[in-house]
Amino acid sequence: MTGPLAATGMIAAIVLASTAGEVLIAAAMKSLGDLDDIRAHSGLLGAIRAVLTSPLFFAGVFFLALAFFSLLFALNHLNLSLVGPAAASLTVITNSIAAKFFLRENVDRRRWTAAALICVGVYLLAH
Amino acid sequence: MSHRLKPDQYLVLLAVMICAPLGDSCLKRGMALLPSISLTHPGALIAAVFTRWIALGIALLIGFFASYLAALSWADLTFVLPATAFGNVVIELISFFWLHEHISWQRWLGVFLITAAVGFVAQGPSLTTHPDQHKASISSATEAL
Repeated sequence: MTGPLAATGMIAAIVLASTAGEVLIAAAMKSLGDLDDIRAHSGLLGAIRAVLTSPLFFAGVFFLALAFFSLLFALNHLNLSLVGPAAASLTVITNSIAAKFFLRENVDRRRWTAAALICVGVYLLAH
Repeated sequence: MSHRLKPDQYLVLLAVMICAPLGDSCLKRGMALLPSISLTHPGALIAAVFTRWIALGIALLIGFFASYLAALSWADLTFVLPATAFGNVVIELISFFWLHEHISWQRWLGVFLITAAVGFVAQGPSLTTHPDQHKASISSATEAL
């Protein structure tokens, strides 16, 4: 029997790992610049090489893999109807917070409203 | 400084919205056609990768990831997030129109809220420009002239 504290910990692990992965990959892409420009100068292989030689990209993929295995572990102990919507909707909020503080994105009222609407919308879709 | 998207960038966002749910649907359809796979026979999972629907699903998911990376290279994460969430709406529409599944009013409300969120964000700029970046772009444009 999984208690509420353990369930919270499992969902938090998915959300935190997923957020770290998304933010690191976004930071990697921002540091590379517009991929369309790189492709125009160096071709498709040049664009792929630019992505695959970015340490931030691999750090992001590592955390996304961690989030995936955390999800598998959580699904082994908890119901999908709890883990799916909780992780998906909370990740939207934590991504917005992380984007504001780590990527210095301008998360204005419009984007906060969108994040809240998505959070509620994803929750409703699971029911 | 407003960052409006070019038509081909809208196509990339469209690919982000469509490729993931279509890829997941193909994987679901492909796995449903296969007999039950046991973890004691992992080779069956490798063989599944080469079946038509699973291969198509994997190709679509690779397309999603490539489009997602491209979008993040010219747009903010908080701008691209609603596009990825719109994949949930596409799944609901596929369920309703293609699989003829019943969709409850709560799920239609969820579809409406996510669609509204995409509309909200699409009205705004796609990329945050900091004052130092703005000055740098002006000086480089001046030098180019």
